[in-house]
Amino acid sequence: MQSQVAEPVRLDATKAKDLLYKMILIRRFEEKAAEEYTKSKIRGFLHLYIGEEAVAVGVMQALTEKDNILNTYREHGHALARGMDAGAIMAEMFGKQQGCTRGRGSSMHLFDASRNFFGGNAIVGGHLPVAVGMALASKKQHLSNITCCFFGEGAAAEGEFHEAMNLAALWQVPVLFVCENNGYAMGTALRYTHAEQDLVKRGAAYGITSSAVDGMDLFAVMEAAEAAVLQVRTTGKPYFLVCNTYRFRAHSMFDAELYREKSEVEKWKKRDPIPQVEQFMLQQAWIDEDGIGEIRQRVEDEVQRAVAFAEAGTAEPLEELTRFVYTEKS
Amino acid sequence: MSTATIKTTYREALKQGLREALANDERVFLMGEDVGHYGGAFAVSKGLLQEFGEDRIMDVPLSESGFVGAGIGAAMAGMKPVVEVMTVNFSLLAMDQIFNNAATLHHMTGGQLNVPVVIRMSSGIGRQLAAQHSHSWEPFYAHVPGLIVLSAGTHEDARGMLISALKSPDPVIIFEYTFQLNTEAEIPSDAGAVDITRARVRREGRDISLITYGLGVQKCLEAAGALAVEGIEAEVVDLRVLRPLDEETFLASVRKTHRALLVEDAWRSVSLSSEITSRIMEKAFYDLDAPVQRLCGLEVHIPYPKHLEEACVPQTADIVLEVKKIMGL
Repeated sequence: MQSQVAEPVRLDATKAKDLLYKMILIRRFEEKAAEEYTKSKIRGFLHLYIGEEAVAVGVMQALTEKDNILNTYREHGHALARGMDAGAIMAEMFGKQQGCTRGRGSSMHLFDASRNFFGGNAIVGGHLPVAVGMALASKKQHLSNITCCFFGEGAAAEGEFHEAMNLAALWQVPVLFVCENNGYAMGTALRYTHAEQDLVKRGAAYGITSSAVDGMDLFAVMEAAEAAVLQVRTTGKPYFLVCNTYRFRAHSMFDAELYREKSEVEKWKKRDPIPQVEQFMLQQAWIDEDGIGEIRQRVEDEVQRAVAFAEAGTAEPLEELTRFVYTEKS
Repeated sequence: MSTATIKTTYREALKQGLREALANDERVFLMGEDVGHYGGAFAVSKGLLQEFGEDRIMDVPLSESGFVGAGIGAAMAGMKPVVEVMTVNFSLLAMDQIFNNAATLHHMTGGQLNVPVVIRMSSGIGRQLAAQHSHSWEPFYAHVPGLIVLSAGTHEDARGMLISALKSPDPVIIFEYTFQLNTEAEIPSDAGAVDITRARVRREGRDISLITYGLGVQKCLEAAGALAVEGIEAEVVDLRVLRPLDEETFLASVRKTHRALLVEDAWRSVSLSSEITSRIMEKAFYDLDAPVQRLCGLEVHIPYPKHLEEACVPQTADIVLEVKKIMGL
């Protein structure tokens, strides 16, 4: 099994339109999800990614289909950027059996094995060792795929982060650690949780090549991710990429946001990654206002389709509840 | 199957099981603390590094959550890792990985993922290692759906359970017993894979069922031997598979003997015995001639002095005495 080495970024109008579509899709999909939450169609936890779209889209486009992806519970954006069906994700959140894990997982546990998309882990830091193991398996099987593991800066305080970084460096396995630093571990700011707030230094402690990038800038993320992926793929060694970003919405639907000033949120919203990309594309004459309108309309249609698909979905019969505790004998 | 037997120590049985597993399948590798250059904390993997090389026998740092999680990831991505947690006591540091990932992923993903990892851990009391190194955490693991939990109470199971566990698409935990490492027993000379779905009657008897696992197996067999001299025929049921439980075998035994004594080293409250008792009540109550009784670990933290340590868990003499009480003798 051989996967292609990703080409360096060659941005053109077609690619830029595709990336803009994905970012707007994530934004509108999540706004719709929040709306459906208020209608009680979605329950449990719902963690929105709004504001951070450039990270998922920028990193994901640098990966190939064979690469493994692992995520946190704030992963709608990654799932959509990976090409998972918006309908299957919405149906998952509606708890329908047409959902991507038959409705068993919820918003926090999106999986699609056919796309090497391995969740959706809701224990902070819990998927980092697993990512190292998947990369170890690639190395042992002489595969050229890499493993990309997204997590927040909150995870960097967990023991599992340090254990995983050490193992990855010790074993020299092809894993890309992407730290999405949105400044808050739930509602507690970085300055209250990390003695060393320059997260990039964590990589150096383990001899892992590390860099930081402006996570609000899609093109900067793309460039950094391309370079990181190329290095992981060609050297087979780990890489630690910190994407500094910001979530515009609350941590979850239960969060009253008492821990940050509205002015801070407004300040970051001025750096919203989506208008930045639109602006750039307009300047390049890659698109005009009508073209942006068309993209937004396509997104609206897709989101509507996803909701309709979820609405039309069916509840898993109670008799199925105990399936998959153990592998069914074929 | 040949009837020829060979004498082996429990340690050697474990080692030969590992060797066979490694030789059988290139995807199998052993990872654990001190398994390579040190030769295994209990010398179980001594010489395997030299025989199979560093790719197959991997020393790991003291990062239980890290390397157990890595084993889970490697299993998800096509390998057959055998993860050794030096002792069950340290496995508490890897519980997030075992419970939240290994046990959960198949169900949580609607059957999309399998985690065919095997996690071995040495367990139990008996070496004067005090409170933090003498745990019997079998009931913890047996509590969790999605795990297959095995207890190697005999040399034959020490030899064969790993080989069978590696064929499972689901995560398997194997408890091995440090106290037994130097003990010798006869096993078939062609011993290999064993069934890992059923309990086993280790000695037949008509008067009472002694239902046990792990270190309880040898003690119950010794007790049954002593009782036979006095004309009491005790049947010994080795549970072997602590999850999912094979209730058919122990219920059949109870229906035959009409009496049951449950023996285990783990603390009495919320133990395997609690569960077995319930199932007997639910499904074989009218077959009983006497209330089900239990001999379990005393609910204290295991102390260092030998006489106190021994008093913490059921001993052969306790079993003999309790059986006589149940029999009204």
